Amino acid sequence: MQTNLSTKTRNWMAVASIPVMIWTAIPLLWILATSLKGTDALADPTKNSFGNFWPKDPTLENYRVIFTGGASDLFNPALRNSIIVCLVATLISVILAMFCAYAISRLDFPGKKLILTTALAVSFFPVIAMVTPLFNLWRQVGLFDTIPGLIIPYLALTLPLSIWTLSAFFQQIPWEMEQAAQVDGATSWQAFRKVIAPLAAPGVFTTAIIAFFTAWNDFVFSSNLTSSNNSRTVPAALAFFTGASQFTQPTGAIAAAAVIVTIPVVILVLLFQRRIVAGLTSGAVKG
Amino acid sequence: MSTVATSETTGAQPTGEKAPRSRLSDRARAERSLGWKLAGPAFIVMLLVTLYPIAYAIYLSLFSYRLTDPQSRRFIGLQNYITSLTDPLFWEAFVTTTIIVVITLVIELVLGMAIAMLMNRIVLPRRTLRTIVLIPYAIITVVSAFSWTFAASVDTGFINHWLHTLSFSQFPLDYDWFGGRWSSLTIICLSEIWKTTPFMSLLLLAGLAQVDSSLEEAAKVDGATWWQRFRRVILPNMKAALMVAVLFRTLDAIRIYDNPVIMTGGANKTTTLSMLVANETINRVEIGIGSALAVILFIIVLIVAFIFVRGFKVDLTTGGK
Repeated sequence: MQTNLSTKTRNWMAVASIPVMIWTAIPLLWILATSLKGTDALADPTKNSFGNFWPKDPTLENYRVIFTGGASDLFNPALRNSIIVCLVATLISVILAMFCAYAISRLDFPGKKLILTTALAVSFFPVIAMVTPLFNLWRQVGLFDTIPGLIIPYLALTLPLSIWTLSAFFQQIPWEMEQAAQVDGATSWQAFRKVIAPLAAPGVFTTAIIAFFTAWNDFVFSSNLTSSNNSRTVPAALAFFTGASQFTQPTGAIAAAAVIVTIPVVILVLLFQRRIVAGLTSGAVKG
Repeated sequence: MSTVATSETTGAQPTGEKAPRSRLSDRARAERSLGWKLAGPAFIVMLLVTLYPIAYAIYLSLFSYRLTDPQSRRFIGLQNYITSLTDPLFWEAFVTTTIIVVITLVIELVLGMAIAMLMNRIVLPRRTLRTIVLIPYAIITVVSAFSWTFAASVDTGFINHWLHTLSFSQFPLDYDWFGGRWSSLTIICLSEIWKTTPFMSLLLLAGLAQVDSSLEEAAKVDGATWWQRFRRVILPNMKAALMVAVLFRTLDAIRIYDNPVIMTGGANKTTTLSMLVANETINRVEIGIGSALAVILFIIVLIVAFIFVRGFKVDLTTGGK
């Protein structure tokens, strides 16, 4: 299909893609640039090039502030909480969803459609509507500002998404290959390990990435259901950098912290772009 | 669209035979039971973490109840709903949210469509473009909010400097974006658009891929202009994907919270419905009113989804083509 495009159209499209890439890259480059500015360079256009954009004299001072300096008691626990809460929520959802999606794609039982419709419907719940009742309940049962008190609501974000995405992946697996392998003399375990597991693993992995992104992004739960370093995750902690007056100018520290939490997700996108796209769209639109 | 499981899924037992339901074979009965044993835990946990809080919110919304004063909690029926719906602050937040939903939806549709068409046909930087376009999807919304806030602020920002240069020094260097309602909303929408257009364009790209390119070729041979081909061939053939993208985006935008909280904190009439719920609940500990507002927001989402599914015939389960 691409071959019948004229060279002129091709070149035109290559040119048109440039503004799209610039539009995407600028806010990212900007937060990186801000993180490399010293306190004195933040608001001083003469110390930056490209119209107050890129620092002429980049410094890693802000990174020192968040890891070992004044903001470290805010950032380090938050980073630890983020990693623990997101990994545990992702792990629980993917394991539960794996059994569920397997049943949906392989077995015939009434209620399959109900499960998938519910999963889709609840993923568009206004999450803030869950905050008020949980805030009240967590205060009474002592889960307010604790790690499990965040993991449970995070399941509301990751589990429906995992069920939906993983079911879409599993339905594309040629399950009859398992029987074929057994006919050829493989044991059930061999058939599972050598045939089914390699086919299912990419879908499980991609679902885990997408679920992790969703949990990593959360601000609604973590800003309203936490009150201290006990359980506050990075997005919520970033908002508190502003209020805290432990250091004079929080802009650079916020930018540095933002860069740190952005690096892992950008790496995941760079490595698994194709799979993530398949996972995001397969559930909604058959591509 | 589609992928919701249908019974003809590969590997499933053919149940289409004329056997009456009461005489399910042992094998089919065992399969049903195994199916629910495997799918049940996930389904129950999902209901517990989502529907239970909503049900609890409905219950709490019927009480006059401050967290700091649990003794005087009493049943007041629908009074919280009346209080909320007659509060000018509620309608202000409703209007703000609607403005954000409409602006971001329209711009993202146009921008997302353009990017999707580019990604669909582009040859040379194909992979690079697809990867770069996807990145904002993975960025934390709060990070995007901070990036745009710093970019637009008078002292640390670059936007004013760039606009100043581009307008041949006409644009004031000290323009305060966060000083007024509309300029604040502009930056909020920009951040929201930057962050969520990738998902929009991916959904649209998947729709575009379903359009039979020979139809477009035929229209081209018949002398249709580019615009005619777009309107008469491409759009009707990807209607299902288009409506799904619009529905997903609308429902997502209604609950906007992160961006305005970080950027303005609700100043200059930029409080959204979600922020209102959080303010009542967390800052004023008015659990009753907060729950009522949460339920109202939930009902708004239901109404919008209902309008789409019924009115525009968006079929999320068996789906278009």
